[in-house]
Amino acid sequence: MSDEYRPYTLVAELTYRCPLRCVYCSNPVDYGRHTDGLDTADWLRVFREAEELGVVQLHLTGGEPLLRDDLEALIEGARAVDLYTNLITSGIPLSRERLARLRPLGLDNVQVSIQDVAAPSSDRIAGLRAFERKLEVARWVKELGFPLTLNVVLHRENLGHIEEIVALAEALAADRLELANTQYVGWALVNRRALLPTAAQLDEARRASAAAHARLRGKMEVLFVMPDYYSEFPKACMDGWGRRFLVVSPDGLVLPCHAAHTLPGLVFENVKDRPLEAIWRDSPGFNAFRGEAWMPEPCKSCERRAIDFGGCRCQAFYLTRNAAATDPACSLSPDHGLIESARQQALSAPDGGFEYRTPRPAARK
Amino acid sequence: MGTGGRPRVIALDSRPRLAAKARIRFDRKTARYLLLYPERGLVLNPTAADIATLCTGEHTVHAIVERLAEKYASQPREQVEREVMSFLATLAERGLMQGEP
Repeated sequence: MSDEYRPYTLVAELTYRCPLRCVYCSNPVDYGRHTDGLDTADWLRVFREAEELGVVQLHLTGGEPLLRDDLEALIEGARAVDLYTNLITSGIPLSRERLARLRPLGLDNVQVSIQDVAAPSSDRIAGLRAFERKLEVARWVKELGFPLTLNVVLHRENLGHIEEIVALAEALAADRLELANTQYVGWALVNRRALLPTAAQLDEARRASAAAHARLRGKMEVLFVMPDYYSEFPKACMDGWGRRFLVVSPDGLVLPCHAAHTLPGLVFENVKDRPLEAIWRDSPGFNAFRGEAWMPEPCKSCERRAIDFGGCRCQAFYLTRNAAATDPACSLSPDHGLIESARQQALSAPDGGFEYRTPRPAARK
Repeated sequence: MGTGGRPRVIALDSRPRLAAKARIRFDRKTARYLLLYPERGLVLNPTAADIATLCTGEHTVHAIVERLAEKYASQPREQVEREVMSFLATLAERGLMQGEP
């Protein structure tokens, strides 16, 4: 396969289990149907095969990857094939002793998420009393010599707190701060009414984070990710379907993104059945949205089609019931009215509360 | 490098060291070295790879320039020095050097 399709990053979703119940979790709404089907040897083989395919970055994530007893062995195996390994964690459950063991095994970076800048509001989003514990873990990360990424998912309840979040990240000596607006798929779509901010909120947050970005240049990397609901054009979701990212689900499905297995009619294969290279190259699910043959208008003749690749296939499906539609987030999409009406709705206060992540298959809205 | 920041003056007697988050590896697919850090990577040309490899905190900028001038003897020394300074500034700009920027 040409370099056009070379995976650089493997997202290893080690388990969908998690002690937190975040209302914008990116795991599938029906994650309870997927078990932890891969054992240590399976994952180590996946890492080796991914590296042979060209992968250099590994994200150990979930769910909560700390729930795997074999995390130590997985980190050691990843380092053995020289992968840059990033642990993406809530920090729960973790002891300082266990974290200390991970550094000599080859863990390169630790990403800790917090939900807000104070315990009550943070814990309300997480559905668990976790905030103080997370700060303690973030401090251990730096004390033990790891680089620290602090990740905060943004929405209407915390967008006004950018300056406080930046101050907290500085106090924790974070190396990278990700201020990532919620992407409205999975649980976040279920809770969209309660989460989607207004344009005015976003403008202010963007200004505050741009100021922090400039002030902290060279010291802390400050990244602000706009929500595509307020962008003129959609995101190049995953840098294009099946181009740069490989996601392996807890039960071994090889996917182009976190939610692709929730799209009906697509066939994805399992690492237990075939070598990763063959799946990446041949699997019908991966090839479904590669290239431009699948594109409808206005994408097909759009000069941006090689920039954003038509946007997010999952968003297209969840909003229009057609995964091959132009992403409605695009201002040129015939379905863009769906986005405009959601923005309109965001101008008034939400009328309901949150639906927390649970393992029960939930009814989709 | 005029990449949007204030100009940086790099002292010839400083001893540059890569940040803890940065790690160099060889990429078989492109036969280039990569400088990897969280979520990102830089593809290094051969000169940049030589410079990055020497950013261990042991060598002064002056020594790095000397080392490269020796290796790339066909190039004018001033050009080598410019390349070293420019690449070190890029690294600092991206937060890939230890210590205060």
